[in-house]
Amino acid sequence: MSTNEVALGAKAGGRQSAVSRERKAGMPKWLYGWVIPVIVLGLWEAASALGLVSQSALPAPSRIAEAFWKLCVNGDMAKHVSASAIRAGGGFLLGGATGLLLGVFTGLGKWAERTLDPSIQMLRTVPLLAVIPLFILWFGVGEFSKVLLIALGSFFPVYFHTHLGVRSADRKLYEVTRILQYSKLHLLTKLIIPAALPNILLGIRLSVGASWLLLAVAEMMGASAGVGYMIQDARVYGQTDIVFVGIILFALVGKLSDSLVRLVERRYLQWNNNYKG
Amino acid sequence: MLTIERLNKTFAAPAGAVVALSNIQLQVERGQFITFIGPSGCGKSTLLKIVAGLDTAYEGTVELNGKSITGPGVDKGFIFQEPRLFPWLTVEKNIAANLSLGNAQVRRQVEELIELVRLKGFEKAYPKELSGGMAQRVAIARALLRKPEILLLDEPFGALDAFTRTHMQEALLDIWQNSKTTMLFVTHDLDEAVFLGEKVVIMNPRPGHIRNIINVDLPYPRKRTGVSFQELRSKVLGEFEKVEQPPLLDQGAGI
Repeated sequence: MSTNEVALGAKAGGRQSAVSRERKAGMPKWLYGWVIPVIVLGLWEAASALGLVSQSALPAPSRIAEAFWKLCVNGDMAKHVSASAIRAGGGFLLGGATGLLLGVFTGLGKWAERTLDPSIQMLRTVPLLAVIPLFILWFGVGEFSKVLLIALGSFFPVYFHTHLGVRSADRKLYEVTRILQYSKLHLLTKLIIPAALPNILLGIRLSVGASWLLLAVAEMMGASAGVGYMIQDARVYGQTDIVFVGIILFALVGKLSDSLVRLVERRYLQWNNNYKG
Repeated sequence: MLTIERLNKTFAAPAGAVVALSNIQLQVERGQFITFIGPSGCGKSTLLKIVAGLDTAYEGTVELNGKSITGPGVDKGFIFQEPRLFPWLTVEKNIAANLSLGNAQVRRQVEELIELVRLKGFEKAYPKELSGGMAQRVAIARALLRKPEILLLDEPFGALDAFTRTHMQEALLDIWQNSKTTMLFVTHDLDEAVFLGEKVVIMNPRPGHIRNIINVDLPYPRKRTGVSFQELRSKVLGEFEKVEQPPLLDQGAGI
């Protein structure tokens, strides 16, 4: 017993010294990620002020910020962002939920895997952008085909990783659940899903990325609102600063949604040996 | 009471059927502590899996209280060589597993068991934060919560270092004396078999069968260094050396 406690104490001690080493460096951890963007922005602004770059090709950061602010004030920003968020969110929910259900289904049953998985794996290899013309022919350029395209893109990562996670549930733990007489429902909720959770969350993160990518594509193929439309529209009128605003918006929202999934991971995967945070 | 009569078990192998267990006869009274020892391939683990109900493809009679064993269940607790805890659950939730800690009775029993296996203060720890011995104690508590009729232990301390193993053996005897659970304990460690068991079952390979059963008439707690312990150890060792060694090339791990 006492040897065990000593071992545990030593581990905690190791963690403590890592913290103090960080303090010694003098800069909070989160600040490191900002070093390069700040330097780049500084150089860029300086180059613009000195007239080294053309304002129509590469507007100064201050001008982009100004355009950003203007769009916020006149309400265009809210309109475009909310239109995009509804599209991306709807498509992601539809595709992700289908992927999760089908992934669990084919992961559990040999029969389901043999019949369904080969077809899904084949479809997965088709570049999604190649099916856009088909979607336009079938459903037009309306909202439905956009949401469907995003759903399709976010389906595959979730499906693939859920399937993998369910498959990789430990046979040895399965034997334990047989001895403990788990019900079928408990087997699913207390063994298979928790065991697959690291993979499922990875799939969700990849599919969030995919849904933003396809959102941009879908909105550029024709829309009346949305961040992608805003970029396309600004290009037509040569408003490079607004194009930059759109790109920055994608970056911000993408980072935000990624952080959200990471937060969920930190909450639910702290048990995982391989999880590094 | 556990009754095993004319138990035979064969495995299908590419080179033909292999007889894993041949004509096993054994009676275990309620509350007894039986240890099984033998070289690898003698079928001791297979025997344990059959009693657990994890392996039902056998011939003969295996009955617990007159009822044939048809599948695994909480009445036949099983401790594997690895603790096999759910890595995503804390210690207390691992012990409760599919039972709810929200239930006051379960909660109270889990707390008692944590006390019994001496893990107070580690209720909220995850398995990755535990040492091997602590994790194995959680596994034992998880089995005991189900109040098993019989506890089957398959080399449970085999992966632990010598000090932890000694401590775990004493802890297990404590638990046994408090819970009066029947224990079937498979090991390849001679000292462990004599230290723990009221009876030591010596098994022999090719085909796996019971060579001899030795009564260990020593009161608990036993002193490993005592003269009578050493005498009994020699007696078991004497029996043990009669066991024909398989050809060197086929020799696996274990003794």
